[in-house]
Amino acid sequence: MSTLLEVTDVATYYAAQGATIRAVDGVSFTLAGGEVLGIVGESGCGKSTLGRTVLRLVEPTAGSIRFLGEDITKLDRRAMVRRRRNMQVVFQDPFGSLNPRHRVGEIVVEPLEVHGIGDARSREARVSELLALVGLPPDAAGRYPHEFSGGQRQRIAIARALVLEPKLLIADEPVSALDVSIQSQIINLLAELRVRLGLAMLFISHDLSVIRHVSDRIAVMYLGRIVEIASTSEIFDSPSHPYTQALLSAVPHTDPARRRERILLSGEMPDPAHPPSGCAFHTRCRHAMPRCSGGRPLLTSRPTQAGPREVACYLY
Amino acid sequence: MSEAPLLAVENLSVAMGATPVLEDVSFQIAPGETLGLVGESGCGKSVTALSVMRLLPNPPGKFLGGRILFDGTDMLSLDIAALRAIRGDRIGMIFQEPMTSLNPVYTIGDQIGESLIVHRGMNGSAARTETAKLLDLVGIPAARNQLDRYPHELSGGQRQRVMIAIALACRPKLLIADEPTTALDVTVQAQILDLIGRLRVELGMAVLLITHDLGVVAEFCDRVAVMYAGRIVEEAPSAELFRNPRHRYTEALLHTMPAANPPGRKLPSISGTVPAPADRGAGCIFAARCRFAIPRCSTDLPPLTEPPHRLRCWNPA
Amino acid sequence: MTTTTPAVTTAILPPRRLIARTLGTPGAVAGSIILVLLVFGALFASLLSPFDPNATRVCPRLAAPSLTNFFGCDLFGRDIFSRILHGAQLSLAVGLLTVAISLIAGTIIGMVIAFLGGRVDRIGVRMLDVMLGFPAIVLAILIVAVLGVGAFNAALAVGISGIPRIARVIRSATLTLVGREYVDSARAVGASQTRILRRHLLPNLWPIVIVLGSLDLGTAILSTATLSFLGLGAQPPTAEWGAMLSAGREFMRYAPWTMIFPGLALFLAVMSVNLVGDRLSHVLDPRASGHV
Repeated sequence: MSTLLEVTDVATYYAAQGATIRAVDGVSFTLAGGEVLGIVGESGCGKSTLGRTVLRLVEPTAGSIRFLGEDITKLDRRAMVRRRRNMQVVFQDPFGSLNPRHRVGEIVVEPLEVHGIGDARSREARVSELLALVGLPPDAAGRYPHEFSGGQRQRIAIARALVLEPKLLIADEPVSALDVSIQSQIINLLAELRVRLGLAMLFISHDLSVIRHVSDRIAVMYLGRIVEIASTSEIFDSPSHPYTQALLSAVPHTDPARRRERILLSGEMPDPAHPPSGCAFHTRCRHAMPRCSGGRPLLTSRPTQAGPREVACYLY
Repeated sequence: MSEAPLLAVENLSVAMGATPVLEDVSFQIAPGETLGLVGESGCGKSVTALSVMRLLPNPPGKFLGGRILFDGTDMLSLDIAALRAIRGDRIGMIFQEPMTSLNPVYTIGDQIGESLIVHRGMNGSAARTETAKLLDLVGIPAARNQLDRYPHELSGGQRQRVMIAIALACRPKLLIADEPTTALDVTVQAQILDLIGRLRVELGMAVLLITHDLGVVAEFCDRVAVMYAGRIVEEAPSAELFRNPRHRYTEALLHTMPAANPPGRKLPSISGTVPAPADRGAGCIFAARCRFAIPRCSTDLPPLTEPPHRLRCWNPA
Repeated sequence: MTTTTPAVTTAILPPRRLIARTLGTPGAVAGSIILVLLVFGALFASLLSPFDPNATRVCPRLAAPSLTNFFGCDLFGRDIFSRILHGAQLSLAVGLLTVAISLIAGTIIGMVIAFLGGRVDRIGVRMLDVMLGFPAIVLAILIVAVLGVGAFNAALAVGISGIPRIARVIRSATLTLVGREYVDSARAVGASQTRILRRHLLPNLWPIVIVLGSLDLGTAILSTATLSFLGLGAQPPTAEWGAMLSAGREFMRYAPWTMIFPGLALFLAVMSVNLVGDRLSHVLDPRASGHV
């Protein structure tokens, strides 16, 4: 599979209350066409900012983002608009991501209007097609978002994102606001659409079991950096970074066989305005050595049966 | 349960305005026991918690019937003064959102000390000493310095620790925890659950844990009650329920979880959504979404069977 | 599932239900009745007036109210009732013009600086603050001093002096909207800046704009009347309530009707507009209407 997205040393800093927040701090990864890369981490790790940076909803402070072979960080606004045909997004909050004053039909047709695709009739046909694709009744087009449940609203958001037939979908916590029984419907829908449309996805979530279910590969983030990236089976079968291990062990399971020995982390995630020196995790790591607070460990790649595994840890 | 129950909710029915939200809810908690109340949004689990504390806003909340016996006293018969004496003293409560549950204009020391002053009649300095001990207990170190901090200076996990300190200030017999870790990250959730679990043993208190997270219940609770659309549909010891779910809703819920399925496989999903109260028939409310429904399910309401594995289903697994 | 309460969005109400809801309180009903009467009087002033408002000596100077001259006569023997009806025309027109000026300019400015953000926003807010530091009426007087006196210029002056306040409110409302994911979602599909402003921000600001406008109309009528009272607005012989009040104040002792009726008209107009505006703001606030 060819490389669709290549993110190299991307950093996104914010100024907030006089300090610089390093939300994303030197992140690199690649995504092949049709592949799903899960990005997992806890709040404040920068996963959402990373997604927004890839879409250039937030401007990167440094680094390059090559999409379909072209560095999109250099594009002006007009050129960027054209690239947006191929990269779309679904957000977490199905109550905030749809304009309450627009009918569902207007919401889904908007991307076609913006990009001047088709005429009124063909657009209408396309909207009906998309509504059917995501499993909404045909009369949905004439109704307002507030008439729908959370799960249905997420279907509307997905229809809008897919109407342009993008190559890349960034799904930012798309099922986190939904109940378990609705969550599975949306996960199934995304999985089905992925196969049908050959869609690549950047699937951002804090929920490890969801990430495990949908992703081919997983990147684990801590304090603005990727600490480990590998195939899903590698991450879950033999997590290598101490943070990945702690994260996986913290997930409660209904099946006793799936429970891991819990590694309780002490303290809280450090302030991203003042990250610790060296490895950002060393303040909470049970394996921390003097060396860890000195230089920062870089992602080191090793081959495994299921593709390369990269870990940023001196133990590895 | 040979001992007299600490809390016994009997046939409780509650409505919000004209909408029934709890129907015929019964469960018991023995002293020192942990009961999990699970279900999806709108199933009535939070209303149950608020009803036990008599904190349900009235109107629109209305008690239609049933009893809530705490240590033998019917909570529904108590006047406001008697209720206040119980709330915060013998029953503690923690909520989902630790930011909005703490008052931003008071220091955490003041807020924890308040209940000691109200219920234990302590003076300011005695309350302060006790408050420092409580903060130590909930794992906020260097407690003396922390007393004068304001809620916004703390992280989400620390705020939840403060909430726990407030709830435990008077060493209650029962702690009601309404989605205590839902707003927290998974590693912080592990810390908080570990804390509540240790304190439960140390203080010998019972816990009513309300959550939508089946994994949390499975690991934390002795017994579990599953709610659907205002009713308890199944209740059993936790190990038994998760090994051998018998109600078709519980079964479907467990099967639909991504963690219960091999990666990438299509998830067995539950079709449709919970019907609105107006659209509910005479039978089992889950019947319309149930793959195993038999004709009887939509006409007759199944009764709840007897412990230890209580069940409200005509065609169980 | 916790749903976040949208601060600015409202339920979509069809006009008939909006009117029905607006008339939900006795105050709003009373206000609406007075307002309708005033508008009716203003629209058909020429038909309803027994006399030409500017014709002098249609009655004895400063004559008391009678069956022919309902509100009495002024110093020049003009019929006060006719002048008040024509004054309603002017006051309402000037009030609406004033509000239109502040609303259109204020909304555009507030929306654009909030949307562009960064330095534009910082400088914009600073400038608005400087303007807000000036008492509005003093600002209006300054503008009239530059533009010259007259009813139209007074409206322009009061309208301009009202811009910064509207712009501030719209700016903060826009800021909360810009943080909404549907705005990000529009950017993500490639929508242009003007499209986002027009299609996504403006429709969600409408309720606020309407409420601000209805609440400001009363103040606008009062402010333009004040300018006329000070001699900076409508000039004689134009029938204008503020100017009439000003002209009548010398005779307050022995011909109080020269002041009472224009004053009463002004009072009723402002009160009715405020009653309706208040209720409208209540109805359009999604949290108040319980329709989120």
